[in-house]
Amino acid sequence: MSNMHCCRIATLRLLGAVLLGGLLLGGCTPIQPWVKPYEREHLADPIMSFDRNPISSGYLDHVFEVREGARGATGGVGGGCGCN
Amino acid sequence: MTSGTSMVCVLLAGLALTAAPSLPAASVAAGAPAAAFQLPAAVGDPVSLADLKGQVVLINFWASWCGPCRQEMPILEQLYKKYKAAGFTLLGINVEPKSGDAMSFLKATPVSFPILFDTQSKVSTLYEVSGMPSTVIVDRKGNVRYVHHGYKPGDESEYLDQIRSLMRE
Amino acid sequence: MRLHLRARWLAAAAFGLGAVGHADVLPDDRTDVLFHRYDGGGVTVEGPSVLVRKKFGDAFSASYQYYEDLISSASIDVLSQASAYKEKRTQNNLNLDYLHGSTLYSVGYINSNEPDYKANTGFFNVSQSMFGDLTTVSFGFTRGFDKVGEVDKGVFQKYVGDAQHRNWQVSVSQVLTRNLLLGLNFETDESDGYLQSPYRGVRFVDPFSARGYSFGPAVAPSTRTGSAASAQLKYYLPWHAALEGNYRLYDDTWGVFANTVKFGYTQSLFTDWTFEATARYYWQSHATFYSDLYPYQDSQNFTSRDRELAQFHSLTLGLGASYEFHPGWPHWVNKGTLNFNYNRLHIDYQDFHDNLIPSLIPGDEPLYAYDASVMQFFISFWY
Repeated sequence: MSNMHCCRIATLRLLGAVLLGGLLLGGCTPIQPWVKPYEREHLADPIMSFDRNPISSGYLDHVFEVREGARGATGGVGGGCGCN
Repeated sequence: MTSGTSMVCVLLAGLALTAAPSLPAASVAAGAPAAAFQLPAAVGDPVSLADLKGQVVLINFWASWCGPCRQEMPILEQLYKKYKAAGFTLLGINVEPKSGDAMSFLKATPVSFPILFDTQSKVSTLYEVSGMPSTVIVDRKGNVRYVHHGYKPGDESEYLDQIRSLMRE
Repeated sequence: MRLHLRARWLAAAAFGLGAVGHADVLPDDRTDVLFHRYDGGGVTVEGPSVLVRKKFGDAFSASYQYYEDLISSASIDVLSQASAYKEKRTQNNLNLDYLHGSTLYSVGYINSNEPDYKANTGFFNVSQSMFGDLTTVSFGFTRGFDKVGEVDKGVFQKYVGDAQHRNWQVSVSQVLTRNLLLGLNFETDESDGYLQSPYRGVRFVDPFSARGYSFGPAVAPSTRTGSAASAQLKYYLPWHAALEGNYRLYDDTWGVFANTVKFGYTQSLFTDWTFEATARYYWQSHATFYSDLYPYQDSQNFTSRDRELAQFHSLTLGLGASYEFHPGWPHWVNKGTLNFNYNRLHIDYQDFHDNLIPSLIPGDEPLYAYDASVMQFFISFWY
């Protein structure tokens, strides 16, 4: 295992930690939400979903992961109508 | 970072975030006078809140793209039919900039209570709507008494209790 | 030859994760029935899959998925070192979601079963909606236990080893404007145990062999740690369309470094139709201990000739169409969609040679490349 790969993995993990740190701090800011709930019409549209059909995206992720060395971080949370 | 440390970090962060207070939902204060407005209606003349003084008014902010809003509409229709003769009225304020989708929805799911169009989001801003749907219940004197954010099946029993108590005043 | 072992556990896990959508409402009640078919590189994999999801009360949602792979393989690895085979893999996923305020908790269990590989995976996920529902944060943990065996002509021969996996995921999605959504994902994966295929060997120069090379056993390290980070953007276009871009970086302790770039365009037309076009470009560097042809047997501590660990790039182009309908019957069905999806995958290896094409000098055979068709047809119902 070379130093370069160690560095890259450490960098990716650092990114993850920074993400977490940023979120924890973000919870304390006094900024008001800039997109109001009644302005979320486009975001609520199914075509704006990151993952419209989980059964299909799950299958396609599987097709690639089985044939490639990389895996993960395929995403799919959030957005949407923000209702309730 | 070892795997054990990573796991602990992620779990702690997860717990911290779920425990962290989210921003308080900004909205009109209970007890304050309900802001005056006049909006065009789907049927008939524009409706003004001032004209409804003396009645208990339930103002519901909804949109056709909002699932819980659509779910709530038949429930509101039942509420309206039940109490409209007793000094209660319901205003369904649609918040969409274009009314096409709202009209299509109403054709499929018609309601008898007044539907108003807030295409410029003026009233939504006035009432500091911070969730979809939002329900504001105004008493006979024109003061905001109860505010609800979101809709889950079962919320209507709360609406019922609150409307009844306001009608007894 | 069987698929790379780690890939099989991942195959199971891929279905369990990434299905957590929003933290402020439970996922929709729906049922999907899918038929899938992969055809390429001498391998055909097809089968059905059914996913059923239902809410219980206000706070709970459960889902169950059944998935089947009917594999008919005459791949380059199979033909090099064994003979064509047929096999069936089945997978069952069970998932439970609990909504409390704007926090969604999910637990799940996945079981993957085929004659020579049994995988059991458990996962836990927490999703929190915050900041006026503009931000969604998600944390997940997955644990997998695999039992690896060997099969010959459909008959189980022996148990070869165990593999264990631990996986952490963090995701953040942020509404940037009323038309723009950002997603950031981070995932780290640790595996240890038996992490190779018992059927695949490595090639080494053998002057005593007629072909000039021979096959011998491969030896993979017993641990592997990998991390991936990705960013995705989705933008709403005013003519009822959406544009998506996605970039992912991957790195692991075996030396595999990979990049993935994806673009997607979705268009709604004629009220009921939705069309989609996607393009995905992937490239990876080989594992440090990988080689298509070693100078002699046991020239290194760790050896592998797994194509999945080679240096290659691949391009996948996809098209999809979806039709929405409102069936009159049964009355409790709100809406349905009919969907068809086709992807064409092309892979070009830079350091994996097609040893089935005879060559005077081993290692001088043409580089291997192939095309594959991936097809999906599914019906979804919402109720």
